[in-house]
Amino acid sequence: MDDHFNIPGTPVFTGAQARKGYALNKMCFSFNEGDNRKAFLADEEAYMDKYQLNSAQKQAIRNRNVLELIAAGGNIYYLAKFAGIFGLGVQDVGAQQTGMSIEDFKEMLVAHGH
Amino acid sequence: MARIIGAIATSHVPSIGGAIAKGQQKDPYWKPFFDAFDPVHEWLDRNKPDVIVVIYNDHGLTYFLDKMPTFGVGAADSYTNADEGWGLPVRPPYKGDSELSWHIIDNVMAEDFDLVTCQEMQVDHAFVVPMQLLWPDGGAKPIPAVPITINSIQHPLPRPERCYKFGQAIGRAIESFPRDCKVALLATGGLSHQLDGTRAGFINKEFDLWCMDKIVNDPEALAKLSTKEIIEKAGSQGVEVMCWIAMRGAMHGLVSAAFSKYHIPVSNTGGAVMIFDNQPAMALAAE
Repeated sequence: MDDHFNIPGTPVFTGAQARKGYALNKMCFSFNEGDNRKAFLADEEAYMDKYQLNSAQKQAIRNRNVLELIAAGGNIYYLAKFAGIFGLGVQDVGAQQTGMSIEDFKEMLVAHGH
Repeated sequence: MARIIGAIATSHVPSIGGAIAKGQQKDPYWKPFFDAFDPVHEWLDRNKPDVIVVIYNDHGLTYFLDKMPTFGVGAADSYTNADEGWGLPVRPPYKGDSELSWHIIDNVMAEDFDLVTCQEMQVDHAFVVPMQLLWPDGGAKPIPAVPITINSIQHPLPRPERCYKFGQAIGRAIESFPRDCKVALLATGGLSHQLDGTRAGFINKEFDLWCMDKIVNDPEALAKLSTKEIIEKAGSQGVEVMCWIAMRGAMHGLVSAAFSKYHIPVSNTGGAVMIFDNQPAMALAAE
């Protein structure tokens, strides 16, 4: 991750990331609107072309892979709108990134309180 | 003259809005968090603020990365909510108070905080969810609000100390507002949480409890933290505590915690609710 914070496992959305991920985040921002979510689902490749995603961003979208999306410049708040298309929330997103099952991830969150 | 009577601080996790929409306030998972709002409702009923200044961070509803204001102030008489993409019901518009907004803008700018003024502003879950928690449907109507945003998405973020000073300027501005009215503050966000990366799911109870102590008794200790220290200790989205720091800066008088509740987890977040009483400095001087 090309940020100067250098905190393990912790992406920080710096200017470099903002520049790299602009097209991807702009596409995800468009998912605030229901018609755009439908258009994406109807023709995902055409929708990505419209927003001029680069090949790494397109592949990360096809893979539905959050860590790859972040590496391609995605910001988690905009990516959450992409996840929302599939009815997934931040716990699903967290489970995927940590390689845990959703049940284990939720249990880990509860355990933080003990 | 306007008086700042106190403040409320709360987490603003979207799934709280989902739980409200589904009527899950009494479910075992949610009850400890929602029950913390009984004292908030009593406090509002007892103190009857006339207007509320809400300090929060937008998550990609009204602002995109094309233009990202560090500090934004709503300057409208009405604020709309809208679809954020994950199925939360859209809320009816909230009343603003543009007269107070412009008074804050004029006075805070005069102290060299170069704001973005927003005569149109969509308020996202970080505004709407806490407003629903303070004024649930079926009860009293929400009072007019002035939304103030702090960038917590795109780095560089304002330094925590700058947020504290921004809050102090907001406080001075409110206290010089010529209308005779009671103003409450509402800070939303936090506490510790991280949504992204392989450290996703990080929550730091010890740090959160430290924050909840310092925010009352020693806010400058919080304000002295660097952004990096906050991310290390509270996770990448834990930076939302900047909104709490600004809120605390706005209270110039004698500040005490009237109520404090911490509950893990609220979704991926260390959930915190606090009520602060503020005896304004002028009232203290007069005694």
